Amino acid sequence: MSGVRLLVGTRKGAFVLTSDGTRDDWNVEGPLFAGWEIYHVNGSPADPDRLYASQSTGWHGQVMQRSDDGGKTWEAVGNEFAYDGVPGTHQWYDGTQHPWEFARVWHLEPSRTDPDTVFAGVEDAAIFRSTDGGKSWQELSGLRDHETGSQWQPGAGGLCLHTIIIHPDDPQRMFVAISAAGAFRTDDGGETWRPINKGLRSRELPDEEREVGHCVHRIAMNPSQPDRLYMQKHWHVMRSDDAGESWQKVSGNLPSDFGFPIAVNANDPDTVYVVPIKSDSEHVPPDAKLRVYRSKTGGDEWEALTNGLPQEHCYVNILRDAMAVDALDPGGVYFGTTGGQVYASPDGGDNWTAIVHDLPPVLSVEAQTLQ
Amino acid sequence: MIRVILPHHLRTLAKVDGEVTLEVPERPSQRTVLDALEARYPVLRGTIRDHGTAKRRDFIRFFACGRDITLDSVDEPLPEQIASGAEPFRVVAAMAGG
Repeated sequence: MSGVRLLVGTRKGAFVLTSDGTRDDWNVEGPLFAGWEIYHVNGSPADPDRLYASQSTGWHGQVMQRSDDGGKTWEAVGNEFAYDGVPGTHQWYDGTQHPWEFARVWHLEPSRTDPDTVFAGVEDAAIFRSTDGGKSWQELSGLRDHETGSQWQPGAGGLCLHTIIIHPDDPQRMFVAISAAGAFRTDDGGETWRPINKGLRSRELPDEEREVGHCVHRIAMNPSQPDRLYMQKHWHVMRSDDAGESWQKVSGNLPSDFGFPIAVNANDPDTVYVVPIKSDSEHVPPDAKLRVYRSKTGGDEWEALTNGLPQEHCYVNILRDAMAVDALDPGGVYFGTTGGQVYASPDGGDNWTAIVHDLPPVLSVEAQTLQ
Repeated sequence: MIRVILPHHLRTLAKVDGEVTLEVPERPSQRTVLDALEARYPVLRGTIRDHGTAKRRDFIRFFACGRDITLDSVDEPLPEQIASGAEPFRVVAAMAGG
């Protein structure tokens, strides 16, 4: 029987939420790694019982964990993320140059075909790859060595590489996004990268055609249409229909086009979800109402989804890695909040229920569809 | 035999209860004790000292015989009471964070 397993990372540990295909009742396990910040937990598409988790604290730095049994037991694996060569500098908040310094792993993206291969997006921005199940990590330094690297500047959360998308048919092609540098693409397995930010407009940048410097918050793809990408930028919701060669704004009738997560329905590449946030100054939902917005037309035309979500006195945020979809039919949609709620919709967003109310602030949510 | 007391999160990570005891082949110093600790518990590599540089992480301090020895040379011999096991070498995580 099919089911769903949610992998939830929080400020104080990880939680595993499981349900059968009805997605009515949920079993909650955790906290795993209690007291540690868990930026991300993700599972291998090739072996759903192979999980990877990014565990860190300010005291003890980065630890990486791996499970081979769906999260029942865990083993600490390699935690050395050494930049390739002499790391050089990037731009600091005040415009001066600042040495590249590893801080933490933000995002883990396992290979679609090999459980032992996994990519890690880190702060300060770089991408690493492990081909031995997380025991050792090697930087794909062609990204950080891009000629624009010295111009990359951290967003408020740091200079983080937070999004990694692997093309479903061509593993040589990957997309990454960095706050606040922008989106990049490789077509040779990570050897070389180029910015894919044409069409992005960031009013903080005087040069409208600037290649980098854009605060991309998240990119999402439905694998059935891999040339179509959706982006939640600092401000603006964007879409590309040509694998990032160009972008157009599809914010349409959203009450605010500032936000963090974006997700695409697993069954329909035209159906996309965002959670508008009032502004980059306040980071709370507009009108204190928690509303997911859904477009069934690839953007521009959006409808508010509110059934089961708080419509007064709501001041939570939803972080960039904290929204996910399952692959059942109808497709489930999930998100976690900084208030510790994890909401689930088993019907594509029409109705929502809080699976849990009082977790620590949620940093990330991934959904595994189990057969 | 050297006795080492680890902070909570590192005891959890190393899967140990209470004190850790180590044989330190060389004259005990911060460096040789931590080298022996990391050799016994590889999972602790990078959590007390940075990989590569072996620089102490900012929110970690070391105590011996009631004295904060964090800023002493990493190669300075530890007190005889530590070397003999009469007193533990303490790795302390700063009281910080939320």
